[in-house]
Amino acid sequence: MSLITYNNFHFRYKKNKEYQLNNINLKIDKNKFILLCGETGSGKTTLIRSMNGLIPQFYPGYYKGNVIVNDKDTSETPIAELARDVGIVFQNPENQLISMDVENEIAFGMENLGFPKEKMREKLINITKTMEIEHLLDKAPFELSGGEEQRVAIASVLVLEPKILILDEPLSSLDPYMAEKIIFLLKKIQIETNTTIIISEHRMDLILPVVDEIILMSNGSVLEHDTKEKIINGKTFQDLNLNKPIIYSIFFQLKKENLFKEKIPASISEAITYLQKISNYQVK
Amino acid sequence: MTYPLPQIILNELDYSYPNGTVALRNINLNIYRGELVGIMGMNGAGKTTLIRTLNGLIRPSKGTVNIEAENIEPKSIGELSKIVGLIFQNPQHQIFSNTVEEEIEFSLKSLNLNKEKVRNKAVEVLKTFNLAKYQDRSPLNLSGGESKKLAIASIVCRDPKILVFDEPTLGQDAKEISFFTNLLKEEREKGKTILIVTHNIEFAMEYIPRTILMAKGRIIADGVTKKVLSNQYLVEKSSLVLPQTRQFALRLRGIGIECPDDIFSKVEMKDFLANYLKTKLTEA
Repeated sequence: MSLITYNNFHFRYKKNKEYQLNNINLKIDKNKFILLCGETGSGKTTLIRSMNGLIPQFYPGYYKGNVIVNDKDTSETPIAELARDVGIVFQNPENQLISMDVENEIAFGMENLGFPKEKMREKLINITKTMEIEHLLDKAPFELSGGEEQRVAIASVLVLEPKILILDEPLSSLDPYMAEKIIFLLKKIQIETNTTIIISEHRMDLILPVVDEIILMSNGSVLEHDTKEKIINGKTFQDLNLNKPIIYSIFFQLKKENLFKEKIPASISEAITYLQKISNYQVK
Repeated sequence: MTYPLPQIILNELDYSYPNGTVALRNINLNIYRGELVGIMGMNGAGKTTLIRTLNGLIRPSKGTVNIEAENIEPKSIGELSKIVGLIFQNPQHQIFSNTVEEEIEFSLKSLNLNKEKVRNKAVEVLKTFNLAKYQDRSPLNLSGGESKKLAIASIVCRDPKILVFDEPTLGQDAKEISFFTNLLKEEREKGKTILIVTHNIEFAMEYIPRTILMAKGRIIADGVTKKVLSNQYLVEKSSLVLPQTRQFALRLRGIGIECPDDIFSKVEMKDFLANYLKTKLTEA
């Protein structure tokens, strides 16, 4: 059974005339790393808000159809209960940091969900270590830089061990070194804990190597949802105006010039594997 | 023979935040009229602090900021913001009107234009920035990319001589990035000086001729972007990663494909591989 199922789901915000989500049908499974991809305004953030009940419960608007998360209908289940299954890190981390200091910020969610005290301590230590924020525990959220805020926000959601972790452009304010580090960390978490991770991110160069599946969105609709390999070799991806990875652009062009006949690689490593095959072939 | 004086001269700047954190250490920097300069470095390196000294938002603890041959110390933020337009990383920090249109009108009012001129100019600006369709919307109801565009429009419409962008490509899709690069081109043709703080290595490689690298409050490199960002030592020092084409080139050498040092862009890399594959095909 799928972790998240969308059945003909529609939504529009109260103030807007047009629907921001149009007849969404999706099935999202356990243990997947999924990239949510589309131009700005295509409905990615709205889709994310509908994965933990914020839509339709918190944002005023109109909806049709339903979204089922871990067997619960998101229009009827209290958001606090859905929060056990779905953790979201939003675009502007400062909007979700509310405590006096970082330590309390990370403990806040665990307290709300009733974690035992000893377990809280242990988890707090572990997560601050992985996210490299041990030195920030006493600081107030407003004293943090953009990248630090982002790491604290991720830590405070991750520490709750949600089944589904959703991140809305989590890398945007991070320097490339930290962004790469967090991507590999998220991949590790997915594999070790069978968590499904859904990421909306424009910096595809960084993210594509670790992704399993891609959801392509445009104008409030899901155009395609499939494995990374199928999506990046398809016409829809090709036609959308996205920040395509440099490796993709290079091999797409080589394919067009008939110099390359395999599937387009999603990472430098995949490209190297292919080129190595050719050079070995020649040596024989 | 007379040499032009730099438009911006930073002389031995130091700055510490009230809590004691040292953000800038002995910054010396000359920027000439019409230059496009990138400022890069890890989170917390001092990039944002540095650009805030240019319009008086931050007053250095030591040293001087000269703009157009004048020490800016006695000038107010209001006066300086007519010369230096600073676009913040988080658009929500600078947007506060009820509608998109009011936001632009508010910004234009500071130019001492009459009501009618403000209205007409606002219509023109909204059109240029493709924001006309959102003119009655609350800025809070825009997507991340759109609100960024509004923030840019509200500063650029006042026509300051120096434009400073903090992470302009953050959260922007391909269409928005190409809109932004066009804007850069047009503003440079008008003789504007442009400074861009960015983590976006691929963007810098393609569009920014000169890059300053910062680490721990100091400038650690200042030079031609392609050279600076391909220097592995400097890149590691400033928590960046090598551009994709350079990473790819190194991996190619690892499997015995001799990729030259002067390949930086994806087109150059594609051409190199096309030649390589052609020879392989004829050999086979």
